[in-house]
Order: sequence, then C-alpha cells, then structure tokens
Amino acid sequence: MSLFKELTLQGLWKNNPGLVQLLGLCPLLAVTNTVINALGLGLATLLVLLGSNIVVSSIRSHVPNEIRIPIFVMIIATFVTAVQLLMNAFTFGLYQSLGIFIPLIVTNCAIIGRAEAFASKNAVLPSALDALMMGLGFLLVLLVLGALREILGQGSLFAGADLLLGSWASGLHLQLFQSDSHFLLAILPPGAFIGMGLLIALKNSIDQHYASKKVVNKGDIARARVTGSPQ
Amino acid sequence: MIRMVSKNAIALALVAVICVVILGSLHLLTQPKIAEQRRLSQLAILSEVLPEVQQTRALLANCTLVNAPDELGGKAQRVYRWQEDDQLRAYVLDVTAPDGYSGNIELIVAISPTGTVLGTRVLNHQETPGLGDKIETRRSNWIYSFSGKAATPAEAKHWAVKKDGGDFDQFTGATITPRAVINAVYRAASYVQQHPELARAATNCELTP
Repeated sequence: MSLFKELTLQGLWKNNPGLVQLLGLCPLLAVTNTVINALGLGLATLLVLLGSNIVVSSIRSHVPNEIRIPIFVMIIATFVTAVQLLMNAFTFGLYQSLGIFIPLIVTNCAIIGRAEAFASKNAVLPSALDALMMGLGFLLVLLVLGALREILGQGSLFAGADLLLGSWASGLHLQLFQSDSHFLLAILPPGAFIGMGLLIALKNSIDQHYASKKVVNKGDIARARVTGSPQ
Repeated sequence: MIRMVSKNAIALALVAVICVVILGSLHLLTQPKIAEQRRLSQLAILSEVLPEVQQTRALLANCTLVNAPDELGGKAQRVYRWQEDDQLRAYVLDVTAPDGYSGNIELIVAISPTGTVLGTRVLNHQETPGLGDKIETRRSNWIYSFSGKAATPAEAKHWAVKKDGGDFDQFTGATITPRAVINAVYRAASYVQQHPELARAATNCELTP
C-alpha cells in the first residue's frame, strides 16, 4: 500500500514527467493548443508507457544487459506504431489533427526513461503502476496547459471533442466567450512555453509553501542548528 | 567473446522478428479500416463542394491525375469529373496555393466546364491561427463567397480582395492568405476552361490516396 502511495506521489507530483523531469517537451508544447488534442496525445502516451513498462518488466531477467537499450527502443517503437495504426483506423479525425506528434511519441524520453529507470529493475505490477502514474502525471500537465491555451486563445473548451469521443461528444463544446480577435500568443508556441513556465513556477511555489510550513513546525531544531554552526 | 556477441545478436534479432510479426499482423488487420476512413473523409469533402451529387462513390472513381504545377500548384493533382446523363456537369480539382503566408494551402475546388465555381474548401494549411485561418469553414464563412462566381477572363478583375479592387473580403491583418486562395481558385478555373480534353482523359487515380 505504501508502494502504491509512493508511486502515485512520484508520478503525479514529486517526479512529474512534464513539470519536474521536463521530458517529452516537444509533443507537450506542440499539441496543447486544445484540450482534446492534449487528451488524445496524453492517452496515447499513457497507453504506450503502460505497454512498454509491462513488457520491459516482464522480460527484464531475459534481456542481456549490453543490448537492453536497443531492445527497449524496439518495444517502444512497436507500441507507438500499434497505437498509431489503431488511432488511424478508429479516431481518424484526431489522428489527422495530431499529425506528426503520434509517431513522435517514440522520441518521448519519459517512456524510455521509465523503461530504463524503473521497469527494468522492478516487478510487473509496480512497473505497470509506475507507468500509469507517470502517464497520468503527463496527461494532467497536458490537460491543464491545453485548457489554459484553449480558453485564452479561442475562448472555448473541448472544441473538436467529437474527433476523439464520437459524434455524441460535440455537445461538450463550450464557448466561454466570443471574440473576433484571438489571443494569438496563447495559441502559438511561445504561449506554450510561457504557460509551461507558469505551471512549473506554480508547482515550485506550492512545494516551497509546504516546505516552509514544515520548517516552522520543527522551528526550534532549525534554530539550534543555525546557532550551532558559525555559518 | 564471440559466443556472447552472437548470443546478443540472436536475442536482438528475435525481438525484432517478434515486433515485426506483431506490427505486420496489426497492419493487415487495420488496413481496410484505414482505407475506408480515408475514403469516407474524401467523400465527405466531395459532397461538401458538390452537395447535389448523390453518387459520390462513382465520382470518386472517375478521376484523372493532372501534372500542371504552374496552374494547379504541385504535381499529379487529382481531377474528379462529375457526369450526369452522359453530360459533363463539373470538375472537382485538388489545388495547391503555393503562396500562402506560411507554406502551401491545399484546396479542393468544384468548377463547372464553363468556369463557374460551384464550391471550394480548404483541406490543409498552416496560416496564422486567428488571422489567416478564417479560410476554414469553422472559423468564418468567407470560403462560401466563392460559390456561384464566374471565373471567366471577362470577370478577371473581380478576382481579387476588395483592397485590390476585387469582390472578395480581406481579413483584418491578413491579406496574403485570401489573395493566395483567390488566385489559386482563379487559376484552376482558367485551367479547366483552357483544357476541355480533361473530360476525356483516362481514369488513372488509385482509389485510396
């Protein structure tokens, strides 16, 4: 149970692939112009991560150490191509709007990073959990950034939901406000970088807030240390 | 040493073979579905520009590839021919406008043999969001203003944005994009009028792009 808690905390917050490890920035910044694009890419990445972690972990004792990286790369590439084929067949509109970024999942360092750092050293269940939590962490960052940019840039939310979820979902589309001139900066790549920077800053300030609270709780010990040493 | 290397090589090859088998079978399984999806999306576009056509599948099959980079922009553009009662009613052409604000703008244009534009849509572009993307139907209805316009040489001076003395609205902050689209549609219409032999050219498109 504590393992579950630790992995969840690592994936979603402490070691979030988007905000802390800063891995997979290329798709993260490029496709987050709408929530639905972000959701599509996030789910695709989550699927690939889950599949690759499970497979890598289940064959970890049979893989010779010297050639583990090429084998991991092949496994990941296989999963990415499989996801690409399936998306092309079943969510054609979304596949077209995500374009090149589906095959680019293969270059998302978060995936090979988790295969190498976690799945190749741990049993299947924790590895699957790690993949799930890391993938969710990445997905959440994508979603927040996507929502931020879509609201600021186009004044809408869930535009194009029918591409991912089928025709019933077109009712999800919310037009929050209507304007003729879009806020271009939010839609274009610089907006993604600025939004990302703000999210990282927000996370760091929350972390600092909690850290400072802790110091206050153990205040006397901290003071004893300060007086105890000359510097 | 050699033993270890060859063992590794065999292991690597084995993984590669497994991956290839998995992907190959998945490809075979999804291929018909993907081809159908592509055809459906193409049919949807065709019936957008020619709403009165019922037999869109027949229209899709009656297609010839044309190599006219100067007029249609790009090599091997598709030209669909819509015939009804043995009479040619319209051409539907793939047109590329090479002079967009950022890169090519891919269009599909339906034109009657006499040079009247029946409808046009943008398939693909990289114009600035919020400015140049008003050529899309989901952003503005500008592209509908082409329908019913005659693109004969006598009408040539109307084929420009209002700023240049023509009939078409420009967008605030973006004139290059509408100019590119207008010129591309006009070139396509003139091409159709100058080349009546298109109607009899052999059918040589593959059904799936």
